[in-house]
Amino acid sequence: MNRFLIPFGLFIVVVGFLAVGLTLNPRELPSPLVGKAAPQFSLPQLHDPGKVISSNDLKGQVWLLNFWASWCGGCKDEHPVLIHLAESGEVPIYGMDYKDQRNEALGWLKDWGNPYQIVAVDAPGRVGIDYGVYGVPETYVIDKQGVIRYKQIGPLREDILKTKILPLVKELQKQ
Amino acid sequence: MIPEIGHYALILALCVAVVQGTLPIYGAAVMNSSLMAVAKPAARGQFLLVLLAFCCLGYAFAEKDFSVLYVAATSNSQLPLHYRLAAIWGAHEGSLLLWMFILSIWMVAVSFFSTHLPDAMRARILGVMGLVSVGFLLFMLTVSNPFERLIPAAMDGRDLNPLLQDPGMVIHPPMLYMGYVGFSVAFSFAIAALLGGTLDAAWARWSRPWTTVAWCFMTVGVAMGSGWAYYELGWGGWWFWDPVENASFMPWLAGTALMHSLAVTDKRGGFKAWSVLLAIMAFSLSLLGTFLVRSGVLTSVHAFATDPKRGLFILVFLAVVIGGSLVLYAWRAPRVGLGGGFAIISREGMLLANNVLLVAALGSVLLGTLYPLFLDALDLGKISVGPPYFDTVFLPLMTPAIFLMGIGPLAQWKQASLPALAIRLRWAFGVSLVTAVAVPWLMGQWTPLISLGLLLAFWILTTIVVDLRERLLQAEGGGGIGGRIAMLPRAYWGMVLAHCGVALFIVGVTMVKGFEVEQDVRMNVGETATLGGYMFHFDGTQQVNGPNYVAARGTFRVTKDGSEVTVMYPEKRRYFVQNQTMTEAAISPGLLRDLYVSLGEPLEGGAWSVRLYHKPFIDWIWGGCLVMASGGVLAVSDRRYRLAWRRKEAAVPATAQIARPTVS
Repeated sequence: MNRFLIPFGLFIVVVGFLAVGLTLNPRELPSPLVGKAAPQFSLPQLHDPGKVISSNDLKGQVWLLNFWASWCGGCKDEHPVLIHLAESGEVPIYGMDYKDQRNEALGWLKDWGNPYQIVAVDAPGRVGIDYGVYGVPETYVIDKQGVIRYKQIGPLREDILKTKILPLVKELQKQ
Repeated sequence: MIPEIGHYALILALCVAVVQGTLPIYGAAVMNSSLMAVAKPAARGQFLLVLLAFCCLGYAFAEKDFSVLYVAATSNSQLPLHYRLAAIWGAHEGSLLLWMFILSIWMVAVSFFSTHLPDAMRARILGVMGLVSVGFLLFMLTVSNPFERLIPAAMDGRDLNPLLQDPGMVIHPPMLYMGYVGFSVAFSFAIAALLGGTLDAAWARWSRPWTTVAWCFMTVGVAMGSGWAYYELGWGGWWFWDPVENASFMPWLAGTALMHSLAVTDKRGGFKAWSVLLAIMAFSLSLLGTFLVRSGVLTSVHAFATDPKRGLFILVFLAVVIGGSLVLYAWRAPRVGLGGGFAIISREGMLLANNVLLVAALGSVLLGTLYPLFLDALDLGKISVGPPYFDTVFLPLMTPAIFLMGIGPLAQWKQASLPALAIRLRWAFGVSLVTAVAVPWLMGQWTPLISLGLLLAFWILTTIVVDLRERLLQAEGGGGIGGRIAMLPRAYWGMVLAHCGVALFIVGVTMVKGFEVEQDVRMNVGETATLGGYMFHFDGTQQVNGPNYVAARGTFRVTKDGSEVTVMYPEKRRYFVQNQTMTEAAISPGLLRDLYVSLGEPLEGGAWSVRLYHKPFIDWIWGGCLVMASGGVLAVSDRRYRLAWRRKEAAVPATAQIARPTVS
């Protein structure tokens, strides 16, 4: 065995790992909250600040909670996906307007369309902390008992929706 | 129109690079001098074309041409001109162009300063560099074109990341890239030597100045990156073991090992295969750094926007360049033969041990950096590797390395006597030991780590004193001290200076780790906090409008023993376009300490949460790096290299150079 081949051998191993690494997403962190009860919140509504939306009101149905903000670029990217999903009516989407200005958020929804049933306002970002939000957008699938079943970090895409979220939602709705 | 010219220039540059990467290497193989002669003009032509492309992109930024996608993505009409120009390398595409531009600068430099090389050698070197540039130009033209149009044009740009809107950004990346890419020269020399089968002392002598210059840039570049993190991120730290920091640190370690290994190859003919391998490693790690930053396989604060296509391209490029080189190495290196034999206790032995320690340190950084990826790839869970790991593995590896660094220069080549060395160094060790114990004790806080750090720093300094004294006493016919000093070659002084730099660096790190104090306080307007003997008086904040941000600027009057020391103005900025808040720390630097104030969050009633730091000797960390780099510059200015460049023949006997004093 040629000992001068050792560096090449080691390099091949590293390249192998790097190649596998390319197919993985290091930002996709498992959330410790998956399988646990969704943190409760009770917040003013964006369109009607006098009214409050509480997570307790949403029990008994499968729903999506989407953290977004008007200042967030990724939210713009996923927005058509959300609109499309809302139009299909397969699952209700509730919005969480995260660390945002009210008028800017309203303007944004007016310009790009509103996929949400109701939007809650989390201006100080407290609820975001409870949910362990790294950055917006993030989306949670919550079941009828109020348990988080799935967490999507970063923008939703049609393929994620088709392969992961919608099958999960259908299964949860049957339960 | 201008961006299209730039784009076209890149395409032409690619064509030239293909010619440069093939004909001269083939010419060298068949000894056809007219084919070999293509290398020089091709390298220069390529430089002009890339320069043109670079200027075109600069023009697009200066003229705020938001119909260029890259310009629209990384600048804004409100961004000041100097940052618009720095935005050329503010993201992926442009930084590649900078990479390429610097590679072409190095190529031109090689084409000018290689007249003393044999034609075949020069042709191969420039050919290999041409092949590297083919890879990068293809990468740019296929998946990362900085001149891509945005039609219709954006009304305004998305602005440069506020983190990068800093004077450090203007100079740090070019410096670092000069280092990264500079190792491509040492790499090309090594590959050329492997191709030609002429791996000898002359090869090492030619490579040395190039390696040292690249290493100097690298040293300054890494130090600037660290300094930038220190004052821009507002956490008060100077090194985070972030994957991207590691990516710049690994080639530096390899380059440091390479410089020392080349010294042995040059002077004693030994370590040939090892030097070649290190040259390949240094550049490979530069490429790996490029891959890690741009492919998104690791999470990092610095990572560029990621794109799997780009990651795949660089990975394939990496595999071809590094894999090809290593196969060539495995094929050719066994025939190189060994240099002269040497005993374990000898200068060669110590340099070898140091090299092994440096490479082990490099390996541990590489392992720590890639470990999360390895685990993830094997589906063993997600982890991150942080400072505790790196600190733990680094200290035991660096301690013996630095101990040897003190002895090495005093040891004879080939065979040294351990008892004789011990006698020569007994004072140095005694003085270092006493100082290392006494200083922290006098400063009122003693821990083993502080003493160890100081011991190492003083060990370097005292061994240098011993070495200098011996050499000056031995310098014959020098007459006065001035003449004797002039008799020692500049390369030697360069080494002394660089080693002093390491000592300063260690002092800085030790003192900061041992004696830094920090405080996280809530401060109302008019309140005072005391830290490290300084009183910080908070006078409240004011709103300040910048060109593209609005800031809350705090005013802190700092007094010590009743007299005013300085007034500090930390800021919390909000940049409009990306709606990002940035902490601009205020730093009052000093030779013996830095005061560091950064604003946290606003609290009710004009109060703020504030972070205060007193950091003793922190500037020595970067000062040490600068001294190291100046040592490198001094070494490169040594007479033997100047002689080599002036004459066609490099074969001046080594003794003749040392015996003749340089006139100063």
